[in-house]
Amino acid sequence: MRFIIYIFLISSVFGQKDMTLEEIIQAMDENLNAKSRILTSKMVVHGRRASRTIESRNWVVGTDLAFTEYLSPPREAGTKMLKVGDKLWTYSPQTDRVIQISGHMLRQSVMGSDMSYNDMMEDQPLMDRYATTLEGSVIIDGRDHWIIFMDAKVKGLSYPKRRAWIDKKYLLPTKEELYAKSGKLLKTSTMDGIKKVQGRWFPSRYIFKDELKRTSKGTEWIINEIEFDSEIPESRFSKVMLRK
Amino acid sequence: MLKFVLKGILRDRSRSLLPIIVVSLIVALVIFNRGFLVGSMNGMFMDTAVISSGHVKVMTHAYQKESQLMPNDLALMDVDELMIDLGLKYPDFFWSPKISFAGLLDLPDEHGETKSQGPVMAYGVDFLSPNSRQFELWELDKRIVSGHMIQKPNDALVGHKLADKLGLSLGDHVTYIGTTMNNAFTTFNFTVVGTFNLGMGPLDKQMMLVDIEGARHALDMNNAASEILGFTHDLYYNDDVSIEIRNQFNSLHSDTTDIFRSSMIALRDANQMGTMIDLVDWSVFIILGIFLSIAMIVLWNMGIMSGLRRYGEIGVRLAMGETKGQVYRSLILESVIIGTIGTIIGTLIGLPLTYYVQEVGIDYSAAFENLNSSSLIMSTVFYTQVTPDLYYIGFIPGVLATVFGTMLAGRAIYKREMAQLFKELEA
Repeated sequence: MRFIIYIFLISSVFGQKDMTLEEIIQAMDENLNAKSRILTSKMVVHGRRASRTIESRNWVVGTDLAFTEYLSPPREAGTKMLKVGDKLWTYSPQTDRVIQISGHMLRQSVMGSDMSYNDMMEDQPLMDRYATTLEGSVIIDGRDHWIIFMDAKVKGLSYPKRRAWIDKKYLLPTKEELYAKSGKLLKTSTMDGIKKVQGRWFPSRYIFKDELKRTSKGTEWIINEIEFDSEIPESRFSKVMLRK
Repeated sequence: MLKFVLKGILRDRSRSLLPIIVVSLIVALVIFNRGFLVGSMNGMFMDTAVISSGHVKVMTHAYQKESQLMPNDLALMDVDELMIDLGLKYPDFFWSPKISFAGLLDLPDEHGETKSQGPVMAYGVDFLSPNSRQFELWELDKRIVSGHMIQKPNDALVGHKLADKLGLSLGDHVTYIGTTMNNAFTTFNFTVVGTFNLGMGPLDKQMMLVDIEGARHALDMNNAASEILGFTHDLYYNDDVSIEIRNQFNSLHSDTTDIFRSSMIALRDANQMGTMIDLVDWSVFIILGIFLSIAMIVLWNMGIMSGLRRYGEIGVRLAMGETKGQVYRSLILESVIIGTIGTIIGTLIGLPLTYYVQEVGIDYSAAFENLNSSSLIMSTVFYTQVTPDLYYIGFIPGVLATVFGTMLAGRAIYKREMAQLFKELEA
């Protein structure tokens, strides 16, 4: 989840070009940990044959609780997902079954996109998971970025290595590359359309690409609406809600 | 001369009975042996053809490249139209769409929570179309061990070992967990209506058969299929014909670089099947060649022995004024008649026997029991195959060998010295 949230949350910290590496990462972590978020988004999956658009509404509290309801297309409408801590369940109205997604299923794609369930599950702060190295600065599209390389310091991560290009003003990773332990590039993500909402900068579009799918054209994630720090009742994150 | 020879054959049983019996038995054995070899080998191919490759099969070029991964996002679209087109262009084959997919099979308890779960390899096969021959191809009348055949798109037949492993009972609703052709996560409920035993080792441990419409619902593959399999109407694999239509089809679809263009492969193009087919062809050729050679040597020897035994008779006939050529020709005519009668009788014995085993089969399951845990995928019941060549193959040993033996033995006639003839006869 962090991988996803990470990309659309924004820092309210500006012009801190003299920040230490720890401060940069910590600031990003703090941005990710908004009290709560309610958002409506659409995912455009560019397949090898055609593109599909999937709309959903999400409720997120901290890093542990998340609930997603898919709104369209008709086949996916009514499908729901619940994440509580490190557990993930999905409900499909077609089968009226609640299935816990675990093991190898976590590596499967979410709705055919370039994101896996594992991507949604990784929530721990970057500082806790990675040792970081500042590789330098670079100007991209006229904007100054830090290049930060992260190497896993805990075992079992989906992406043991990652490299992020962090906008010095927004403190957002406008580009990121995710690697396997061997150094093989697994996924990339970029973001654009950054604007201010409730005092935070956030991007309105992300592009994820699974680099292992040779012919993948990537997945766009477009945030239509987002609302921070709203009250979300605890009952929203119960398994009973999956069938409602 | 014909009348004279026929009278000789009928009146002198020692001259005709044993040779006819020997020729008949050898011809019957040759026919059965050929039918058994071809049938066993075709049976081995048939299992592969039904489960995987058809005699020929059509898929997209991109699917073909990654077929080991069962990439249904690269599946054929507009399958109904393709099937009509294939039926018109290649009327010697019948065509059937198939979806191959894998995932997990989940059995819920009374609260809907997972009770047991295991990996499943599933095939969506066109069982329910009015003219479908898939029931016959899969031999489900013999292979269903409990329950009944699929009757609705949501019905599923499960391998008996998989059913045992997951504790499935008839009527259970099981949830397939996998991915759609868009690679999206999907769950779909099937009803277990029967269990089957393919007798193919590991396949029974994880296989599920469903109707293609059920698979299409589950995988969001409307009017799509992983592959379209083609079979000859008599279900006999003809390598030359398959290669010919493969080449013809692919040349028609080679004028584009579209990765979704249709592409055809023959059974021999499936995994290592080409080597196997060649090996089997050569094996059949060599085994049959050895058998025919032995049969011919036996019949040839019989001809020689017969000629030697009649040394005195030939001497008398020569002494009475028959020319050597007349005697020689009469012996050959006699062997032609004996060989023909023996071949006809042998064919009348061999063909029904071969046909019987073609229908009933020979069950080797006890001998193969230990192989069920291995990765060998092969039927344990062998069937013979009645092929057109069985109607005439018996004439090779039956007539040719007998005549050839007689011709060799008859050379002795020309070595007889007329001056010595009466001395020999007196002795």
